[in-house]
Parts: sequence; C-alpha cells; structure tokens
Amino acid sequence: MRKYFDEIRQIAGNVVTVNATGVGYDELAVIQSKYGESLAQVIRLSGQQVSVQVFAGSQGVSNTDRVRFLQRPMQVPFSEDLLGRVLDGSGRPRDGRSEVTGKMIEIGTPPANPVRRRMPDQMVHTGIPMIDVFNSLVESQKLPIFSVAGEPYNEVLARIGLQADAEVIILGGMGLRHDDYLNFRQAFEGGGVLGRAIMFIHTAADPVVECLMIPDLCLAVGEQFALQGKRVLVLLTDMTAFADALKEISIIMEQIPSNRGYPGDLYTQMARRYEKAIDFDGAGSMTILACVTMPGDDVTHPVPDNTGYITEGQFYLRGGRIEPFGSLSRLKQQVNGKTRDDHRAIMDACIQLYALCRESREKRDMGFEMSDWDRKLLRYGVLFEQRIMDLSVNIHLFDALDRCWEILGECFEPAETGIRRSIIEKHWPKQDGKPQPHAEPEPAQAEA
Amino acid sequence: MNARIVAVFGNLVIAETDGRVVQNSLAYCVRSDGVRLMSEVIRVRGQLADLQVFEETRGLRVGDPVELRDEMLSVVLGPGLLGKIYDGLQNPLPELAEQVGFFLQPGVYIHGLSLDQSWDFTPVAEPGDVVLAGDPLGAVPEGEFTHQIMVPLAWRGEYTVEKVTAAGRYTVEQEIAVLAGADGQKRAVTMQQDWPVKRALNVSRRRLLPTEPLVSRVRIVDSMFPVVRGGTYCIPGPFGAGKTVLQQITARHAEIDIVVIAACGERAGEIVETLRDFPELTDPRTGRSLMERTIIIANTSAMPVAAREASVYTATTLGEYYRQMGLNVLLLADSTSRWAQAMRELSGRLEEIPGEEAFPAYLESRIAAFYERAGAIELRDGRVGSLTIGGTVSPAGGNFEEPVTQGTLKVVGAFHGLSRARSDARRYPAIDPLDSWSKYSGIIAPETVTRMRRLLRHGSDVRQMMTVVGEEGTSIDDFTVALKADFFDNCYLQQNAFDEVDAATPADRQRFVFSKVAEVVETEFRFTDKAEARRRMFEVTDLFRNWNYAATDSDEYRQWLDRIDQFISQAQQPAGA
Repeated sequence: MRKYFDEIRQIAGNVVTVNATGVGYDELAVIQSKYGESLAQVIRLSGQQVSVQVFAGSQGVSNTDRVRFLQRPMQVPFSEDLLGRVLDGSGRPRDGRSEVTGKMIEIGTPPANPVRRRMPDQMVHTGIPMIDVFNSLVESQKLPIFSVAGEPYNEVLARIGLQADAEVIILGGMGLRHDDYLNFRQAFEGGGVLGRAIMFIHTAADPVVECLMIPDLCLAVGEQFALQGKRVLVLLTDMTAFADALKEISIIMEQIPSNRGYPGDLYTQMARRYEKAIDFDGAGSMTILACVTMPGDDVTHPVPDNTGYITEGQFYLRGGRIEPFGSLSRLKQQVNGKTRDDHRAIMDACIQLYALCRESREKRDMGFEMSDWDRKLLRYGVLFEQRIMDLSVNIHLFDALDRCWEILGECFEPAETGIRRSIIEKHWPKQDGKPQPHAEPEPAQAEA
Repeated sequence: MNARIVAVFGNLVIAETDGRVVQNSLAYCVRSDGVRLMSEVIRVRGQLADLQVFEETRGLRVGDPVELRDEMLSVVLGPGLLGKIYDGLQNPLPELAEQVGFFLQPGVYIHGLSLDQSWDFTPVAEPGDVVLAGDPLGAVPEGEFTHQIMVPLAWRGEYTVEKVTAAGRYTVEQEIAVLAGADGQKRAVTMQQDWPVKRALNVSRRRLLPTEPLVSRVRIVDSMFPVVRGGTYCIPGPFGAGKTVLQQITARHAEIDIVVIAACGERAGEIVETLRDFPELTDPRTGRSLMERTIIIANTSAMPVAAREASVYTATTLGEYYRQMGLNVLLLADSTSRWAQAMRELSGRLEEIPGEEAFPAYLESRIAAFYERAGAIELRDGRVGSLTIGGTVSPAGGNFEEPVTQGTLKVVGAFHGLSRARSDARRYPAIDPLDSWSKYSGIIAPETVTRMRRLLRHGSDVRQMMTVVGEEGTSIDDFTVALKADFFDNCYLQQNAFDEVDAATPADRQRFVFSKVAEVVETEFRFTDKAEARRRMFEVTDLFRNWNYAATDSDEYRQWLDRIDQFISQAQQPAGA
C-alpha cells in the first residue's frame, strides 16, 4: 500500500515541505521529479506539513511532483560484500558495480551503554614516530587531525589507514575533491588493502545532504563489524565539511544559529558520531581518525573547538609535520607503559629538550648571546626535525626509540637529558664501549 | 490517552489536549509500535503542550497518543543508591545492559532502586511520637554509613507515629511505619520515596554559613584557593587543560563522606575509567572500596540531550538526600557547559528569543539556582549536613568571556581557572595562580596566602620584563624574586597526579610543607651573581620535590627534611659567618 502525496507547499534550499499524513519522524521518502528519483529524510513534522531534506537537492523539484514515504528510517545493507566497495551518501554504488545486498541495518542508532565499554589498552602502530613515540594512537580512540587546507592531511590519513593493523578500514569522504578520492583509492589499491576497505564517498560536487549521511553510514557499518569481533578503523575526512552541511540545513530550517552560523546542537551532533568509537566488552572495537580543517588556522573556530572537547586528544599537522606541542593523545598512558621501558622517558626528554631548543632559537633570533648549551640544543633541534619529525620517516616504534637515543647521544651528555640513571645505563648508545659516566653542565629541567 | 501529537521537531514534540496539563509534569509519547518515550512538559500554550522528549524521537507520528501525567520528573530515594551507576533519568546502567545489551534502547526504564534486595532495618521512632518530614523513623546500614529512613521529605505538617515495624530485613517496598496526619488519615511509609528533581530538597532548621574547609588534598586548591563544605566552586578551562583529571583526583581523595559524579555530556571513555578504577581503589579513610561512597550519573555526550539537562538535577537531588542524613556530600558536575548547551538546543527549538551566543535569557538564573542548591544545613536535631558543588565549565575557544563562565563566576565561591599556557608547560594542576580566586578561607592563614600571591605576581612581572631586557638587564634582587616565585610554583603548586604520594597531600602535611616553603621564600639570600642564585634555587627546588615524593614520616622523608633544614639554616647565616 504505497501512498503518494503531491501537495508540495514549499521548496526552500534542499528542504521540501509536503502535506502528508501517517509519516514518522526521521523516516525516509522518495521524491520523484522530472529529473529522476531522490531519497529524502523527514526532518520536521508539523500538523499536516512534513518537511523533508532531499538528498539530491531540490533543483528541478516542482510543486506538482510526488513524494512517497518508505515507512522506515535510512538503512544500509550490511554484509561481507561491502568490502572493497565504493558507495555514495545515499548508500548507492559509485564504483559502477551492482547494488550491495545484505541485511538492512538502520543508521544513527542509539549509543552504546557505557558499562559495556572496556578500557582501551591496545596500541595502534602507524609507523609515524611523532604518533607512535610521542602520542600513541590507541585502539577505540577517537582522534582528529587539525590542519589547514594546504597540508597533506589526506595523505597522512591514507598512510595510517594502510599501516594500521585493522581488519576493516572504512573511509568516509565528505566534500572531497574528486582527485583526493582517486588518490585514496589508488593508495588503498597500491597498499593492497582495498579488499578490506569500504569507502563512502561524498565529493564536493555531490548534493550537500548526502554529506550529512556519510559519518552515520560509515559508523553503522563499522559498528556491525565491531560487534562481530573485528577491529575496525574509520577514517573521516573532512569533518569541517560535515559541520558546514549541518549549518546549511539548520539555517534553512530557520534554527537560531549559536556561533558563526553553526547550529546550537553542533557539539551534540558531532559527539553522537565520534562517541561511536568504542572497545566493546566482549566484541571488537572501532577507532575513529578524522580530519578537521581549521578555517584560518584558528583552533577556536567552532568546529575544531567543539571537536577538541569531544575527542580524546588531537594531532596538529602544520608545516608538513605533526607538531609536538599541542598534539595530545589522551589515551597514550594506557599503552606506552608496556611497550618498552624507555618509551616514556624518551617521550618526555625529547619533547622537553625540543621545547628548550625552541627557546634557544627565540633567543638567537632576538640577537642574545648563545652559550654552549644553546648551541647543543640548536644542533639537537635540527637532527630531531630531520630524523624524527619529518613525515617521510616511516619506522617501527622500537627503531624510532633507538633513533632518539642516537640523536641524544650525538648532542648531549647523559646527565643533560634529565633521564633517570637506570634507563640511561641500559639504553645510552655506546660509542667507545661504555656509556660516558658524567658531566655537569646545566641540566634540562627534569621530571616536569 | 489524553493528548495527541501534532508536531515533531528534533526532540521537541507538540501535543494537543483538551484536558489538564501541568507545567514540568511527565508525559509519555507512545510510538506506533507501543514503545513509550518519557518526556517533560516544558511549555503550555492554550491546548498545546510542548514536550521535550528524553529519547530519540525517530518514528513518532502526528496523531500518535500522548499520556499526560500529573507527577513531575522525579527520582526515587532510599537505601541502595550508593555505588550505583545511573543515566540522567536514574536508570541503572548495568541493569539496562543486562536487559537490552550493548546499546541503550529508547523507552526502556528500570526502577532506580533494587526491589529484591532487603535491608537490615532498626526502628528509631516509637508509636506516639510526633514527627515532621525528615525526622528519622529507623535506620539501615548502607556500606559504611547509617542510612536513615525518614518521614517522607515532601510531607507537610505534623504526623503521629501509629506503628513502626519491628527490626528485621525488609525490601524498599515493604511498609516500615504507619503515620497519622492531623486529619486522622493514616499513611504508610516505606524505605523509598520520590522527589521531583527540579525542586531543591532542603528540610532543615536553617542554612549555615559554610566555614569548614573541604580538604581535596590538591595543594593549590586547599592552600591557595580553598573550598569549604557546603560551598561552590567552578573549574573553567580549555580542552586538554585537565578539568576532568582534576575532578577525578578530587573524587578520589577529597575528605568527604559521599561523592556524586555527574558526567554530563562528556566522553563515555572517562566514565569507563572511573567505573573500572573505583571499585579497585580503597578509600584510605575507611579502608573500603571507593565505589561504596560514590554515585555516578553518566549522561555522556552521545546520550539524548534532554536527559542531559535533567542529569544535573538528578545528581543534585541524590546529593541533597544524603545531606538530609547529616552527611557531607560533594557533587562534581562535568561539564556544566554541556548542560547549558542542552538548554540552548531546546530553547532554539522552542523559538525563544535568544540571548548572548544564542543561550536562553534564563541561562544565568538557572545556573544560579543550580549552585544555590549547595549549602550547609542544620537539621532539626542539630546535626549538620552539607552539599558542596564543583562544576567544570568548557568555554568555547578557552575564552572565559562567554555566558556560561560569566554566569557561573557570579554565583560561585571559588574560581579555579585552568590555563592553556600552564598545561602546555606541563605545570599540573593547571590552575592559574594569578587569575584564580576563592572567597573562602582554608587551612592556611589568609595573610600568608596573600603574601604568596604577591610573590607570584611580582615574579611574573619580572619574568615579563626579562623577555624584553634579557637576563643581563635584570637586577639580582628582581631575578631572585622570579626564582623564588618559580620555586614556590614548582614545589608547592604543582603536583604529580601519577605519583602515589605526591598525588594527594593531607591537610597537616600541607600546612607543614607550606611553612617550610614560606621559610625559604622569606629568607634574604645574598647571592653573589645570577648563576649562583639559579644554582642554589634549583638545588632547593630539587630537595623539596624529592621530599614531596617521600611518604610521610618515612626515613626518606626525614632525610630530605634534614637537608632542607640544613639548606635554610645555611642560607640564613650572616655572610662570612
């Protein structure tokens, strides 16, 4: 019993209002126009009037077109066949292959019960020392990469996708340039992971409403895999495009904007999605890595700002490097105590020394006199940037730790590093057979 | 069914009725599959009732029935609250997980207290006693506390005790007393009672001026910016500055009877940490599991937003209930900004005229009313109970000039402002010692605190000057002041939350360490040059740090103390002696 409604009362932006009865909130509809069919979703009920946001946009919709309601919310087919596929924001294939079949699952489902979460404790190795050594990524973490438009954030994301040891990789592209989409595809193909990857792609040329669906689609599918016991990695890029799509729709719906035009529920909307990252007690896990471009490199912009309050840390990608300052993985303490005994000591010492190096650089730039200690720090800074911070460095955590020791050995006396004696004795690089016993210039402030 | 849905927009439902509607009463929206979604009436216009639904509204239709009720959103109070983990509407989460699995299902509600568990009841009142609301009728042991069974707090007027049940084990639903009102009507009392969450619960002789320090064992708080039992304080700070860690430390170490944690719109992961850690940790004062003195209200950011608004009130009511037993309760709300945002979302849906940053015009009065529920009270029998409220604020962009922070600062007694600069420099806890303030007096004499604050201010001024003129352009006296300020900051204000000893400093030790630090600061050093000044101050900083890490009264502790005393007496000797 399919009923059609054809009393369209208003078409504004991507929202069409039609007179209809017996329609459920959040339900899906199909709108038929001269230019074809499009899915739409109910976003407001008011008496007889039903407002739907049209996935394909309202271009070409006329007030005589027909709307059919599907009596169900947005769903996506779920099966192993999804692996290796590319879909769009309506869940249709965009790789020219046939429709995916499988059990239909709802998207945007209720959150997990906090008591069914377990404490995350597995490190995700990425091969990027600035992440592995200094801000370890942890399974089930939700972590954004903050960057500006010109930075290679998509490359970093693709690389982590390739190197992280996940059983299922789901890429959600929002407002992607078509080139970026092709790059991701190539990278996944080249890396041989396409067979365990699923891509939900919305490009900048696609209708904006579909952009809103991307995270929910990715997370609904990812959640199902996680419930089957798989370790899932979800890559979302770019969440700022998602927030902008939210803004667009909420303004059309005449909601009062709160900050720079974004809706008052921006935090809730993003949190509902990021919070899907989970380590199920008794099943698999889902890790979320997202890109957030900061308009004008401004971290107080509502999108990065709200994101920072939601996620478990953040990476700053600036000047082609992951910044050691400001970047933070809130969960690193859960894992970096049991990798290798020198991990935490190296993590603290290298960053403190690099901070001191920055001060010395400032001093140098202001024309103050350089002491021997300053010169050592300057040398250290250069080596650290070249051998550790550079994004092209791709080595295992243990190699990265060894390399940090090497740099410290080249620049400093053991006591200058502020590292505990027992660890120095074990790990200090031995040039002439034994570690150099002592030296007493100004020590780096130990143990902050 | 006495109403029907006429509109749905987000979590706002408008229902039409021809009957009676009570503002702030409960309503249930009945979905076509029979699921009943709990809602609250938040506005009445003619025959239209606007409802905020505490669940996702997916699937609701125009024409669906709505059941309007007379009672307001309430929590159930009685023995068995301690150690529980609730959502914002007092549904116990572990029981929900047992019933519906990994995910929270809309429309599934579970009674807040176990109905099977029986409690060891001992009567206190006797037949013939004349009692008022809040008077004890009996008691049951609950963990380390004596949980009083009181005359229901909402009852008005005098009652005569007709009958009290004999000592024995009873469930919360069983009758434990019968009271007769002035009109002669008899009413049965059980161990459980309801209270509407949005009404302050305070049945007492009078409210007291709170003066007794609440020792949190965080040095910068207790010594510099103290909080008192029954007082209020707030912790605003940008993301990553350590608000939640500070709250967790406080929940763990605070010298208080009961802690209620309201995780309001924050990360689920942080709650999991508390959930998993607390049962393992012992309360050093009682030797029992920390969980036994804790109640957690977890309405995390992914959970429905209207319930988030309610969760803060739910937590407050539970705290007030234990205050009625003469206990000292600490409520930690993290974060009040999320609660304010929930109000903003709803106000937007109601199309109210927005105030600053689209927050509703009543934001400030709501914040004020929330914090005013804190306080120390004197019960009718002379015992004193207190509820202290500490709320974190998450200001957009870390900028304190925003409505929630400003609205909060007007009404709290202490302000612990976290600064990005301090957290970046890994100076934890990142409470800014220059900007923060407290109107209470704590465990250190106020004039000493003022002197230390002056030192910090002076030191910071010198540091600023030094960035312009360099070290070479600074006089040795100024330079020493800056070093002394750093010394005080490094060895007293900063605390290592991951060190077993340093993480929590009891009040006695704080007073003693503070006096030693003050001795060093007040010593007139006669340094010959800046290198010597730096070396000597580094030396004493190192001594104090190691002292902080040593367990109280251990050999190590005494050794470091000896060395510190040596250092001080050496420095105080006149030159050449």
